[in-house]
Amino acid sequence: MDSQLISVIKSEDAAIRDTALAQICRNAPLTELLSGADGLDTFRRQEGNLYHRVRALFFLYAIHRFHLPEKFSPDQVGKIPFEGYEHLLKRRFQEAIDIFLAAMREHGPGDALSSALASAYHQLAFQTLADQVRKSVRTVRGNQWMFRMGHPADQPLRIRKELLQPLTDGSLPILRERTPVRMDLSHSGWSDIFFLGMDFPEGAKVINVSVDLGVHGRDTETRPPVEAYLRVIDEPVIRLTSVDLKASARIDSLGEVFDFAKDYLGLLKAAVIASGIVPPGIEGSGKKLSALLEPLVGPGRGIELVSSVNDIPKGSRLAVSTNLLAALIGALMRATGQTSSLTGPLRENERRIVLARAILGEWIGGSGGGWQDSGGVWPGIKLITGQTAGETDPEYGVSRGRLMPTHHVYDDSEIPASARQALQDSLVLVHGGMAQNVGPILEMVTEKYLLRSSAEWTGRKEALGLLEELIDALKRGDIKALGEATTRNFHGPLQTIIPWATNLFTESLIEKARNHFGSDFWGFWMLGGMSGGGMGFIFAPHRKTEGQKMMQEFMNEAKARLQFALPFAMEPVVYDFSINPHGTFADLLDSDTSAPPALLPPSYYQITVPPLLRRDPAALTATQRADLHGFAEASRSRPEFGDSISTLFDTLFPKNAHGGGSNDSSLRDLLAENGFDRKLHEQIRRDLLTGRIGLAQNRLPPSSLIEDVRPGDVQDLTAAHFAPADATRVGEAALAAGQVAVISLAAGAGSRWTGGAGTCKALNPFAPLDGAYRTFIETHLAKSRKSGRAAGAAIPHIFTTSYLTHQPTSDFLTAADNYRYDGPLLLSRGQSVGLRMVPTERDLRFAWEETQQQQLDEQQQKVRESLHTALIHWAKTSGEAADYTDNAPLQCLHPVGHFFEIPNLILNGTLKTLLTDRPNLKTLLLHNIDTLGANVDPALLGLHLQSGRGFNFEVITRRLEDRGGGLARVDGRLRLVEGLALPQEDAEFDLSYYNTLTTWIDLDALLALFSLNRQDILTGDAGEISAAVHRLAARLPTYLTIKEVKKRWGHGQEDIMPVTQFEKLWGDITALPEADCGFFVVPRLRGQQLKDPAQLDSWLRDGSADHIRSLCRWD
Amino acid sequence: MIPTKAVITAANPDEKHLPLQTITDSNGETKSALQIILDDLFSAGLEAVAIVIAPASREAYAAAVGPYGKQVTFIEQSEPRGYGHAVWCAREFTAGEPFVLLVGDHLYLSHSGDSCVKQLLAVAAKQDCQISSVQATHESKLHLYGAVGASRVPGSDTLFTVHSIMEKPTPTLAEQDLIIPGLRHGNYLCFFGVHVLAPKVMELLDAGVSALSRGDTLGLTPTLATIAGSEKFLATQIDGTRFNLGERYGLLRAQVALALAGPHRDEVLTSLVEILATSK
Repeated sequence: MDSQLISVIKSEDAAIRDTALAQICRNAPLTELLSGADGLDTFRRQEGNLYHRVRALFFLYAIHRFHLPEKFSPDQVGKIPFEGYEHLLKRRFQEAIDIFLAAMREHGPGDALSSALASAYHQLAFQTLADQVRKSVRTVRGNQWMFRMGHPADQPLRIRKELLQPLTDGSLPILRERTPVRMDLSHSGWSDIFFLGMDFPEGAKVINVSVDLGVHGRDTETRPPVEAYLRVIDEPVIRLTSVDLKASARIDSLGEVFDFAKDYLGLLKAAVIASGIVPPGIEGSGKKLSALLEPLVGPGRGIELVSSVNDIPKGSRLAVSTNLLAALIGALMRATGQTSSLTGPLRENERRIVLARAILGEWIGGSGGGWQDSGGVWPGIKLITGQTAGETDPEYGVSRGRLMPTHHVYDDSEIPASARQALQDSLVLVHGGMAQNVGPILEMVTEKYLLRSSAEWTGRKEALGLLEELIDALKRGDIKALGEATTRNFHGPLQTIIPWATNLFTESLIEKARNHFGSDFWGFWMLGGMSGGGMGFIFAPHRKTEGQKMMQEFMNEAKARLQFALPFAMEPVVYDFSINPHGTFADLLDSDTSAPPALLPPSYYQITVPPLLRRDPAALTATQRADLHGFAEASRSRPEFGDSISTLFDTLFPKNAHGGGSNDSSLRDLLAENGFDRKLHEQIRRDLLTGRIGLAQNRLPPSSLIEDVRPGDVQDLTAAHFAPADATRVGEAALAAGQVAVISLAAGAGSRWTGGAGTCKALNPFAPLDGAYRTFIETHLAKSRKSGRAAGAAIPHIFTTSYLTHQPTSDFLTAADNYRYDGPLLLSRGQSVGLRMVPTERDLRFAWEETQQQQLDEQQQKVRESLHTALIHWAKTSGEAADYTDNAPLQCLHPVGHFFEIPNLILNGTLKTLLTDRPNLKTLLLHNIDTLGANVDPALLGLHLQSGRGFNFEVITRRLEDRGGGLARVDGRLRLVEGLALPQEDAEFDLSYYNTLTTWIDLDALLALFSLNRQDILTGDAGEISAAVHRLAARLPTYLTIKEVKKRWGHGQEDIMPVTQFEKLWGDITALPEADCGFFVVPRLRGQQLKDPAQLDSWLRDGSADHIRSLCRWD
Repeated sequence: MIPTKAVITAANPDEKHLPLQTITDSNGETKSALQIILDDLFSAGLEAVAIVIAPASREAYAAAVGPYGKQVTFIEQSEPRGYGHAVWCAREFTAGEPFVLLVGDHLYLSHSGDSCVKQLLAVAAKQDCQISSVQATHESKLHLYGAVGASRVPGSDTLFTVHSIMEKPTPTLAEQDLIIPGLRHGNYLCFFGVHVLAPKVMELLDAGVSALSRGDTLGLTPTLATIAGSEKFLATQIDGTRFNLGERYGLLRAQVALALAGPHRDEVLTSLVEILATSK
């Protein structure tokens, strides 16, 4: 088999090379797959060709991730050596693979080891590709010298003389670069990913249009949305200002230029580096910035760089940030003679070097853009295509394609002016308001391409065919045909390759447009990597104006309906746009073009003038004095500076500077409404500050003996051993008797699902199943519906909620008519809430420096370390353990852990309601919202009942991604132990089983744990019940955790802040001596959790989705 | 191509004083920098030299030429209109003949027995085209010189066919168009400062001056680039070093190099060591 796999990889014949891996592996027996993997591993170690190696790595990943696991028997599990895991965290993938393979040879293959190998091969493949892109960026001619230059004396650049000629008032001219953004009509199935373009240049084709923008209803005209300004200043520093982010910095050391995450000016810093002003080769040289600037601009002088994006929101899918980077680089290169002209458009070879520098800048800044993203540098409409590497290219012999594509700009003879006008007359460009990370999608595309998965490969070829159709329609000016083709592209190839390119929000907008406009709605057009942000809707020209109005309404309505279900970063907007015929373009603001002094954008002065006014006038430089005079004069005479003085006063004397704003009062109200315990909060703060609690204190004492389970500790119910007919009968009888209820824990926000966006995970329409997008809630109800109907008795289903999720869940279920669920459906509202705190430096350092962390790629890691330093500084200056209130009120609160969700049932009367309705209720099935496979399986229920235990917890065998504790013997006692509590990190890797949290609960045993009984619930005193709950809670450990929370500001900007919160966890009841607990080992498909959207694609492919579908009844 | 005349440009208002600097040559004789250049030119066999100077500097220059007063012609450039214009001012002097062109603010130190000018003339005598002396130059110095894109002449280690010329390119542009196989990374062929030019240069400059608007300047590089694009243009590496007197400490570097290249080497070296040993 290995020879077949290798011949597929190496074949020159496209028909053989494009064979899908699945086709070869599908029917292969286990032994053959293992020997195939062995041969591939040997091959990829010896092979010189980069893409052969990478493809072999992806094959190995897929074999271990998808093909081997389905052929292992349930007892073929094995353990993952911790040493290998440590290598993975440190990005030493090769070493990790060697250790995992050695373990496989010693102990035999198994599911756990395969999961580790899959991860290692996957990461090594992407690392290899990323390294190659970076190497190619460095070897582009025009970029190489910047990596050689390591001393200021070698600074080869000189500022152009025009920028040193004083104007009549003594100020210096300002160079302004204005750049359109780009929108892509088609990217031919994400063919603009560097990796794809470099392996399959023939398939890398994009139609890309440069556009000027305005926000519909706000701006009177469209203009290039991206602007960069540059001037020489009379201080030996680099001053950077981002007008939109309201950030400014005076940089006087080299180290600070390379400190990307210190402030919001990382993009400007990347431009300064990528343009060669501070070349990358000089990083870490220990030299002075002034020494580098002196040969450039003269002694005592520096440069100032200002960026502005005309308030175009982040996430527009119009590549605003890449084009801004290109504009900044363009201005800096012009100013230093790296282009032939200081002003006007750029020549083709100059655009190409700006593109190369922008790619470099994105790498330096730790972000990653697409190959077509600098499209705004070029004018009009262009076809961007991949190029086969020739003998003189640095890529020759390494990859089939070059890093840099070529751009064919269509002239008027190819696409007439009338066709361009027709496009403008029909297209409504919008930003839907969703902000999503497109990174995982790009990884999925790369993976599927390299595996040549058959449906996706067919889709890719279809997309290429569609491109020709699109070009043809564009040339003919047939916008209706264009719209039809882009729609077909979206519903066809794009979603075949990546189903997650769409979502419920997008689909509902398309449906509304279609219903409202009928045949006058000509089509939908996805911009960029995924939908939900920037999108295009094409209408018959006579209805475009109505289209703009209605799309705004449709988006507002859909956002209002889905705002708690999907991550929105901002209010939706409609753009006005026009095709930009120039590409990037520069002019010199001097006495010829504007009355002196030359001025920067009005908003610039709102940032820079207040600190100047606070300074001693005698300490101001001549440039600063000229700025103040210029600003004063402009505010009297220039319309665009009309309200500058009043705005300046607002900046200098903010209205809410002393607190007492509406934010404070709504936070107070929320705390009061949700059972905030101020006394406990202050106690925690004191304990935190004195070091009595903290991340390090979560751990069990170092003397604790942590051991793996022994034979007989668990009941193995995985497929090979599990067919207890008698238990099934017992379970079915209990179900038929209405003795069972299901509790889904839905109080948390699901931080990992939306990266701390504060939406309700339970309401997220996460995947299309059986023809419709399904939320987690609907899926859980569908399982209960099926189980209930099979038993002939509807099952009560309870969703626990919190301050964050209660109202949205309630509203959502009402709007969805409870999904027509036929049993009792109850919401159990949380009764307590915590107030997040600013972390202590000690805990931040523990989390980031002393705990094992996944290291990032080299440049990203640098950025992360810089960010961590900035955040530690923030924590210290904000006050360690201070209340975290600098965010939307809901983002300042936190749920206090899922333990409380069970007593909440008692405290908020839900259990009373349930018992009143179902007096013979005996068993509760408790599970997490993301454990999609958990259902009321009659056999498991029967086993639980037969066991006679109070609690039976479900565990699964461990894979690499199953982190956070497990089932262990702690000092001889069998219990679940949280990852936070393990005294050593490696202890977890010795534990065979991972806790799914799914629990079968005997109601009476549960009540007994609280020293309560059924009668207390039905008629007891609320105070006594509350006291009982608190008594038990006090016996459970309190964990301190650091969570990430998003803070939104500006136009779609988001900061991710670390906050401290505490929680008590349900699994810890297994440590109580009086809790009679058992443990069921269940199949992975039942116990696995869906925590991250990046898991969805594998979930769909590895049989998980089909399994869930089989458990559900949707109606 | 065997020229008998040379043109030295010294009219740049910012640098007109440089050829007048006093310096001690390799033999220990103190003279002007200009006189050292003239020593090289006349010892190489050239018969007449024209110096293009700025207005009102004739007297100072006449004093600086030393014993060559009769062989030197002074030509005034009435206003600073660029290097090409300065060369064009000597068109009547060159009178349709090939000529050697040098800049007055550089000194050239040969590492072989023949002076730098003589080395160039020896190569030019065997060629029927224009030829410029060039030197491999580090990219950090590119902002000071014109640079050429060229390919090696088969069978020669030092001769190149010039395809393109750029005036003071940035490394960004040089890396794209001016890489020469065989040179060290980050090094480019830059003009050494001595050329043997054909009469056609004056014809092209004449056309350039005619088209010149008031206030504009005319460089020499576009003219040389036109020739490189249309006919054979060679470049040769010279076994020597150029010293730009206009750079910071340029005169000092030139002086030290000259002093170390002559019979008083040990004496100078001893002085340098003493300075090094006692300086803080």
